Amino acid sequence: MIERHLIHIGFLALAAWLAPVCWTPTVAQTATPAVRTKSKSPTAKWTPPRTADGHPVFEGVWNSSSLTPLERPVELGSKEFYSEEEVAAYTQKRRKEMSRERRDGGAEADLGRAYNEEWYDRGTEIGRNRRTSRIVDPPNGRFPPMTPEGQKRFDETRAWLDKHSTDAAENQPLYVRCLEASQAGPPMLPGNYNNNYQIVQTPGYFAILSEQPHQTRIVPLTQHSPLPQDVKQWMGDSRGHWEGDTLVVETSNLRFNDQSKFGNQYDGIADDNLRVTERFARTAADLIIYRATIIDPTVYTKPWTIELPLQKVTEPVYEYACHEGNYGLAGILSGARAEEKKAAEQNLGHR
Amino acid sequence: MPPKLTAAVAATLLATIPLYAQAPAGRPPRTADGKPNLNGIWQALNTANWDLQTHGPSGGPPALGAIGATPPGLGVVEGGEIPYLPQAAEKKKQNFASRWTVDPEIKCYLPGVPRATYMPFPFQILQGSDSIMIAYGYADAVRTINMGKPSDAPLDSWMGWSNGHWEGDTLVVDVTGLNDQTWFDRAGDFHSDALHVVERYKLLNKDLLDYEATIEDPMVFSKPWKINMPLYRHAEKNARLMEFKCAEFTEELLYGNLRKKASQ
Repeated sequence: MIERHLIHIGFLALAAWLAPVCWTPTVAQTATPAVRTKSKSPTAKWTPPRTADGHPVFEGVWNSSSLTPLERPVELGSKEFYSEEEVAAYTQKRRKEMSRERRDGGAEADLGRAYNEEWYDRGTEIGRNRRTSRIVDPPNGRFPPMTPEGQKRFDETRAWLDKHSTDAAENQPLYVRCLEASQAGPPMLPGNYNNNYQIVQTPGYFAILSEQPHQTRIVPLTQHSPLPQDVKQWMGDSRGHWEGDTLVVETSNLRFNDQSKFGNQYDGIADDNLRVTERFARTAADLIIYRATIIDPTVYTKPWTIELPLQKVTEPVYEYACHEGNYGLAGILSGARAEEKKAAEQNLGHR
Repeated sequence: MPPKLTAAVAATLLATIPLYAQAPAGRPPRTADGKPNLNGIWQALNTANWDLQTHGPSGGPPALGAIGATPPGLGVVEGGEIPYLPQAAEKKKQNFASRWTVDPEIKCYLPGVPRATYMPFPFQILQGSDSIMIAYGYADAVRTINMGKPSDAPLDSWMGWSNGHWEGDTLVVDVTGLNDQTWFDRAGDFHSDALHVVERYKLLNKDLLDYEATIEDPMVFSKPWKINMPLYRHAEKNARLMEFKCAEFTEELLYGNLRKKASQ
């Protein structure tokens, strides 16, 4: 969790590589699996510590890194979980295929992979829930089909980005601009590093500090007037309530990056219809099971759900001063201007 | 306070406590574990972010007219003057002269401590069981005060490393590990990375906090000095922090020169 000046010249390559990852928010409604715990008696029900007002304590620092892919490999079909026996082999395979610390593609590929495991902190194990994918609904573990309108927006956005992403700062992804990160959400999706959260509970609030890019979502647990629909926030407008021992957080007013035409998690194609419902359940001393359902009828034909194990960690959350150290954004833009200049000079030379 | 407080000692103490702090206002609310309940949304109502010391009004960037002008205000520095070392006083003057281009607030950089407290934005105190989080309305600045065993700053950062403890009903926060990139105000008051801040938060009544910060930096100041101000609770029914991710509003300033030209 050491502070990383993630933003540097390698970021352009990273951005390209990340694109499919960012394009994968998630959620599910299927039954929570048997979570593998360190307890000798996995069936023993764990009793959470409680706050003065009687709710389970979620306080502490939690990490969502894992090797579990967002979408399930097609060949696994409806297989939701790996068996204990399958985990080791799959973990080895996944570590190998995710590693960018290898030399099997030539010099150009090596350069593209310069942003590698030295920087990444994506986890080295699959999630403790032994799931084959983070998406748990639809049942095939993959994104539901897009609506025709969603597909159209997606294609247009991609085509536009191909031409204009380096034209100006506002055309860059939100995480490059230090405005949002997939980790902060909602939904809170792990990224390549700094997948850490600090939770603080008070009688009326549930606060989630996301290390990247230092954003705190303060969820009111009491009656709270929602923001008017035209007031958007990157993390939206969240309200929480308890359903038994599960904290349920509903979020609307998510900003979908109307200025830059594309966003971090939703590629800017979502609209006012986008809502996220999250569920936090503390199932063990060192484990929160986090679920988020994304409801976006404009873009998807049906809601989809992710599930993530959040593992308790003992280190503190460090300050991620993203904007203050953002050399990457200037580097990306000045690199693009330099390439244009070079191309223009070559054109002149041909005349 | 000592258990056996004589009238004379009490009188002396009172003389050093700001007037507003003497207002009896009932017993401050408590958390379930008996600590003063600081939970809530607070804000300073002063001009310290423009200048910690007493100042008259002055103009700002001409294009902004009255909006960019500095409002006058009484100082919050105990004794009135910030005790700069001679060379540092010179640097402060330079900072002041170039304040409309150099103040890190212009770039939406994290404000550091104690500046975060008196910027013209609300902040929310979230009093957890083993840590106290303070989330600031400005720039999503946030810090977590460790209320357990004190630990050393692992590295320098913008918001520093905060260890807190209770002295009676006063929350005392020791802040180290602050970098040298922040200013105290828009007037160019500055510090080095040797800065050490001790904050004291004392609840006077449910809506009023006494805030004091002792500032120590032997590289810049000849002696430690203090600022002191009341912080007021936002009593609006639906008070809340709203996002102010100001990095977005600095992009043209910081990266506008790298924008693709229309003709290209």
